Amino acid sequence: MPVDRTTPAVKGARIDLRGMTKRFGGSVAVDDVTLTVEPGEFMTFLGPSGSGKTTTLNMIAGFTDITAGTLEIDDRPVGDTPAHKRDIGVVFQHYALFPHMTVAENIAFPLRQRKISKDERRRLVAAALETVQLPGHAARYPGELSGGQQQRVALARAIVFSPRVLLMDEPLGALDRKLREFLQLEIKRIHREVGSTFVFVTHDQEEALILSDRIAVFNNAKIEQVGTAHELYERPATLFVARFLGESTILRGAARPEGAGSTLTGDGFAVRAPGRVDAGRDAALVVRPERLRLIPDEPGSAGRGASGGTPGGNAVPVTVLEEIYLGAARKLEVVLPGGARGLVREQAGALSGLRAGDRATLTWHPDDGVLLPDDPTIERIFT
Amino acid sequence: MAALLSPVAPGGQTRTAPPPSGRSGGVGRHWPFLLIVPALLVLLAVFVYPVAHTFVGAFTTPKPGTENFTWFFGSPANVAVLTRTFSTALWATLICLALAYPYAYLMTVASPRARAALLLIVMLPFWTSLMVRTFAWLVLLQDTGVVNGFLGLFGLGPVGLVRSQAGVLIGMVQILMPFMVLPLYSVMSGIDRRLLTAAQSLGARPVVALLRIFVPLSLPGVAAGSTMVFITSLGFYVTPALLGSPSEALISQFMYTQVSGMLMWGRGGAMAVVLFATTLLLTGLLGLAMRAGRRTRAGAR
Amino acid sequence: MSARLARAALWVTGVLVAAWLVAPTLVVIPLSFTDKVSLTFPPTGWSTRWYANFFGDPAWVAALANSLLVGVLVAVVATVLGTAAAFGLTRWTSRRGAAAASVLLLAPMIVPGIIVAIGVYAVFLKFQLAGSLAGFVAAHTVLALPFVVVSVTASLQTFDVRLETAAASLGAGRLATFRRVTLPLIMPGVVSGALFAFVTSFDEVVVSLFIQSPSLVTLPVQMYSSVTRETDPTLAAAATMILALTTVLVTGGLALSSRRNRAR
Repeated sequence: MPVDRTTPAVKGARIDLRGMTKRFGGSVAVDDVTLTVEPGEFMTFLGPSGSGKTTTLNMIAGFTDITAGTLEIDDRPVGDTPAHKRDIGVVFQHYALFPHMTVAENIAFPLRQRKISKDERRRLVAAALETVQLPGHAARYPGELSGGQQQRVALARAIVFSPRVLLMDEPLGALDRKLREFLQLEIKRIHREVGSTFVFVTHDQEEALILSDRIAVFNNAKIEQVGTAHELYERPATLFVARFLGESTILRGAARPEGAGSTLTGDGFAVRAPGRVDAGRDAALVVRPERLRLIPDEPGSAGRGASGGTPGGNAVPVTVLEEIYLGAARKLEVVLPGGARGLVREQAGALSGLRAGDRATLTWHPDDGVLLPDDPTIERIFT
Repeated sequence: MAALLSPVAPGGQTRTAPPPSGRSGGVGRHWPFLLIVPALLVLLAVFVYPVAHTFVGAFTTPKPGTENFTWFFGSPANVAVLTRTFSTALWATLICLALAYPYAYLMTVASPRARAALLLIVMLPFWTSLMVRTFAWLVLLQDTGVVNGFLGLFGLGPVGLVRSQAGVLIGMVQILMPFMVLPLYSVMSGIDRRLLTAAQSLGARPVVALLRIFVPLSLPGVAAGSTMVFITSLGFYVTPALLGSPSEALISQFMYTQVSGMLMWGRGGAMAVVLFATTLLLTGLLGLAMRAGRRTRAGAR
Repeated sequence: MSARLARAALWVTGVLVAAWLVAPTLVVIPLSFTDKVSLTFPPTGWSTRWYANFFGDPAWVAALANSLLVGVLVAVVATVLGTAAAFGLTRWTSRRGAAAASVLLLAPMIVPGIIVAIGVYAVFLKFQLAGSLAGFVAAHTVLALPFVVVSVTASLQTFDVRLETAAASLGAGRLATFRRVTLPLIMPGVVSGALFAFVTSFDEVVVSLFIQSPSLVTLPVQMYSSVTRETDPTLAAAATMILALTTVLVTGGLALSSRRNRAR
């Protein structure tokens, strides 16, 4: 491997977005987005289509004018700099390889624009092809390569001029699942080797979790939350984030302050939750599937429900609706008396033995839940 | 690595599948051919046979030999007609290209409504009678016409536009514009404009992106359009006959005089052979160029 | 700034080219209503005397009638032959055969008109077809065929062949399937092919110049000889009427093709 893994080739740049807004006619595509991407960081913009993530990326790249707000790269305002002077590498979902140029000519293109000598160009192109593990393809035309190979060439072309920022707009979206997973690891490796600041746009939450140092979750032209994958998963700031990242059981009801936390009362349950929500607002309790446990009811001992189970924990009577086999684990879908659905994950070593139609008690520790203001519009997005 | 290579789609179109045939075997499989036969028969009688008759006549009339060709290439005046025909065709092609390229480009970037209007305008001459248009140019270009009247306002002219090469070119180029614009537009509209964005992200100024990416990718359209215009101009008769000068005849006018006026069938035939061979050669070259172009563009969409 | 300037320059060029494509032809319209004997533009006074002159002159009227008659006959013959051929071309399983046949069918578009004209003239003289109605129709049909074939083939290629299989499964014979299912669906292509064929014949000059006879002159030939002899505004009246007729046909053809696009 010619590239030294410990000292990256480039020092990544810092990107500051302050109050960035984009309006197209009457509609707002990006609404007052403020965010700092640290030097060398792998930042992912995650969100459904139309949430503003790609428009934000296009504003950073200089493909789209900024309606309001400022954009700074390493404390230098670049909002008015044309795209070709920003020194930002971009990888597109549709590859955007020049069909009339060979792989080598494609990769050398940014070097030619920068008037780099022929010998140096040849050396850098070879090194870039090495980095994306496509040596020996230099003389091919893009039309002769597979989708995965084309995307590697696009990646090589975007990093060959050592940009301090690399933007990727759903680069793996057009590839099949196997290849996508493989290239995700490749992109992660290349990020380590190159050292540039990466901004990656995707609507695939799994991809975001695998790749990112931090994730910015976009919804409805705004950023809902920025944080590490762990923070977003364990401590979602909004119901949207909880729903978009990973699976969960969501219980809706009225929250009333009690002690350090709250009590959430809904249709057929009353459970304890950490934290408070604004008085008078409906609340939603989010619990991740692996935090939940099912205890089978003894036949004939109905009504152990509400107060039983683990001492100090929450317990709700449920009926098992369906079991989903996943190999190393299984998921059980359960229904509460009020009709709310729950999702429980059991590891292969700790199965409850419950089957569809069985009655059981759903238990969890109050601190494992996250209490959030309810947002009834959310369900419309996801169903 | 070879396993990762996806098959490159062939350039051809997928044909519609044949309907299940009632009968099997030889004749049943070829029944569609019978539908082509009547048209082919008419073509053979009124196109292939007459053209072949002319070509053969070039070598046999008035007596067997290459006499007609030695006559044609032996006289500097005749060769001048040929070179004048070629230079006129070349100029017509270049002017067409210079005007059609920005026009076709505008069509690719215009709004759908404006694009439809531009397309309609370029198609209109296709439909308007050749005689009507040539007559209109005659009116405009005559010594007392609108163009010279306009020039007169600036104290210029009158310029002899009718009965001149300039007049022929003005009329020809207008008539031939659709043949240049349409292939250009069809190639340009297939060019992925996002490639230009990509080029800019790699450091290319918009002008550079246009010259290095868009122009090379539009070359197949340039080749197709130029060949069409060039070939068609070689065979133009009406426009040069009415707008041009009799002393600066093009090959088709010359053929007309030889055959219709002097009944020199063999000489007309010899010129037909020369004209046809040139046309065929150019069409063949275009085909080769297109095939070479398709190889590099295959699958890169 | 410079991008906006470039765009403005592009639009100016486009509009100028568009004007140059369309405007010159339109001068014949006001010219046909002039009250003077000369072709001075713009006219200084107005009259319809040149239309009266046109319809009062047996030569012009006969030429118009001949052109309409030849055009309609060519449209019918070329459409029938061309539609059958297009159908055969798309359904023939021998791809090499179909390719060869289509090269032949489209050849009249590429071979310079003057070559066809000389050849046809020689052959027609030999078989005494020159100056005959049959001769005109045959010669124009050959020139019109490619347009019909191209137009009908285009609509056959978007036609879903499975519909024929479906019709067959519902009990329709081959002829009934064609008449009730295929033909109605490719009708826009057939009609625009017929319009093309008519206009091709109606406009044809070069071949007609050779095969004309004093007893059979078409409108473009009459115009041609009128231009070369003396130019009075009767020509402009003829040109205006041709313009009006082709405009009506084009509008019809465009309406049909846009309906076809919407149906897709």
